[in-house]
Amino acid sequence: MSKVTLDHASASDVFNADEPYVNWHDETLWFVRHKRDKSSKQLPEWEALRQTASDIKHYVLSHLDTLLETFERKAKENGVHVHWASTAAEHNEIVLGLLRKHNIDRMVKSKSMLTEECHMNDFLAKNGIEVIDTDLGERIVQLRNEPPSHIVLPAIHLKKQDIGVLFHEHLGTEEGATDPQYLTEAARQHLRDKFLTRRAALTGVNFAVAETGGFVVSTNEGNADMGAHLADIHIACMGFEKIIPKQEHLGVFLRLLARSATGQPITTYSSHFKKPREGQEMHIILLDNGRSTQLGREDFRNSLKCIRCGACMNTCPVYRRSGGHSYHNAVAGPIGSILAPNLDMTKNADLPFASTLCGSCSNVCPVKIDIHDQLYKWRQVLVKQGHVPKGKEIGIKAMSVVLSQPRFYQWSGKLGRAVMKAMPFVVNNSLNPWYKNREMPEPPQESFRDWYIRNRK
Amino acid sequence: MKYSHLKIGLFIPCYVDQFYPQVGIATLELLEKLGCKVGFPLNQTCCGQPMANSGFEHLTNDCNSLFMGSFSEYDYIVSPSGSCVLHIKDHLKVEGKEVESKAVRKKVYELVEFITDVLKIDNLEASFPHRVGLHQGCHGQRGLHLAQMSELNAEPFSKPETLLKNVKGLNLVELDRKDECCGFGGTFCVSEEAVSVKMGKDRVADHIRHDAEYITGSDMSCLMHLDGILKRKNSSVQVKHIAEILNSAVG
Repeated sequence: MSKVTLDHASASDVFNADEPYVNWHDETLWFVRHKRDKSSKQLPEWEALRQTASDIKHYVLSHLDTLLETFERKAKENGVHVHWASTAAEHNEIVLGLLRKHNIDRMVKSKSMLTEECHMNDFLAKNGIEVIDTDLGERIVQLRNEPPSHIVLPAIHLKKQDIGVLFHEHLGTEEGATDPQYLTEAARQHLRDKFLTRRAALTGVNFAVAETGGFVVSTNEGNADMGAHLADIHIACMGFEKIIPKQEHLGVFLRLLARSATGQPITTYSSHFKKPREGQEMHIILLDNGRSTQLGREDFRNSLKCIRCGACMNTCPVYRRSGGHSYHNAVAGPIGSILAPNLDMTKNADLPFASTLCGSCSNVCPVKIDIHDQLYKWRQVLVKQGHVPKGKEIGIKAMSVVLSQPRFYQWSGKLGRAVMKAMPFVVNNSLNPWYKNREMPEPPQESFRDWYIRNRK
Repeated sequence: MKYSHLKIGLFIPCYVDQFYPQVGIATLELLEKLGCKVGFPLNQTCCGQPMANSGFEHLTNDCNSLFMGSFSEYDYIVSPSGSCVLHIKDHLKVEGKEVESKAVRKKVYELVEFITDVLKIDNLEASFPHRVGLHQGCHGQRGLHLAQMSELNAEPFSKPETLLKNVKGLNLVELDRKDECCGFGGTFCVSEEAVSVKMGKDRVADHIRHDAEYITGSDMSCLMHLDGILKRKNSSVQVKHIAEILNSAVG
């Protein structure tokens, strides 16, 4: 994929060229948000659950060291191999090493945003390993050679017609077929063969329990189970913030996760893995990849509470009208916009500005991350560190000078309004982004201040 | 008059001052008719939000200092803009004057909440016989809690709706998405032009679908953006700040 990466605004401009498509994308995700609302309102204790989850995660973030060590000890006692990776590259090397050791060159993988974050598929492909994504949505985007556009609904940007064309080309379905059941059945048959023949399976981790050394993988398709149960080697990859202290805490998180994500009471499969079956090897990779840096940023620490439900994307009016790919990061949407600058400020400086700061994201977040406040705070950090276009900087500096001096402000306002009245073409032209699709306000004869002086002084 | 002992400072945001004097006038007249003693400090300019939301909060000290100098003598600061009020409430800081800054932050109110929560008035005996759609500005709603938020599992309420429902002849239309952002977002409206406009078009369409003749709200910035879209499509639907509606024919 050697496409030029557009910044969020430019990519959104492209996305918005097809308005009926944007309407469809918006309605589709709004429908998911609506299901989330309905389902969350069936639990009288919903808000208390969110607070409890947030508090547990708060504890986790302040006890990560001991929780991770306990988890490692317990997992080892259960016969699981535990690996620590500090970077994405280290993570990928560990996976490659395990596969090479067992002479495996083909692997199935269930949903793992972590491997997207590490660009693992590309790395393994370059090293001669074929990875088949077994989540239907992920398989679809994999066949299209593009990244997921949403962390829970990877192919939500595609219509069934797109899938029909894709499957016709890759899976030999009938040309023009769009029946979802027919297409899904084709994918099922295609994947069944992969499950049966692959000796290694990689899964993500939704929750790792320190006190037991076990972990939980949530899927709707059962593909994680199918892969892991049939393979000789099960590799589970997790960002180290996925740890929770106790088994009983699952009762809080599992109730929140699917309701927030899709409005389901719980995912179809919540699979608990604890020890390898006889003859199987089980590996867990604990990844840092910038998480300790984020943990050290007090203002942004809470972003590590995220349980990857995607609710902030579904509710985000910007995401719904710009699409996941416009965020050019493994995790898109509001949460992606506060995680991405931590990984690379230069590349991701545009993301915290891809928001109106409406605050809906923080309200749906099941672990109560102050997402919109963090977006605001990232803007301050990015500007201070020089990641802002020069033109914008000059404009804002000029604005702050005008607004700091009442006389200058009054004079500029008067002048501006006079110019707009006498020579509307000065602002009503293609150089003014406001004017492209909106009329400018009609400048009045006098300001409120002028009126006040005439009438009240 | 019941409220004449209160010293109220009127804060008219910069863009309202320059482009929408009628909103400032309606706010002032409304407060005066309710018996408030209102002063308008002549050296005020802006809350600093345009700089701060663009990432330049560190350049707002002079602006903040000006604001504090203008308003610290008042008991309450009232403004017809939820967004500017929220910004002051959350971010006003003058270097070396932490205590005074905090005092200012605590006494700033958006017009609607000032009427319902401080003056404790629900019925302004206004009259506006039209079909009206209420646009909930996000900062007023989610930031100042002017109304319950649709995302939360909590009791519904709405301060602006309470006031509007008591306006004679006013028919408040139901919307499909009653608290979706309009896409103005300060500099977002130009830096993310495509999404901003699409969000605005979708909001406008919701109001039009429900036969609103007017779109009202407590933030003129949202309304300015929606008005720009309405005018471009030659729509007959007009925007009107809530102060103008509440000030119409107060007895």
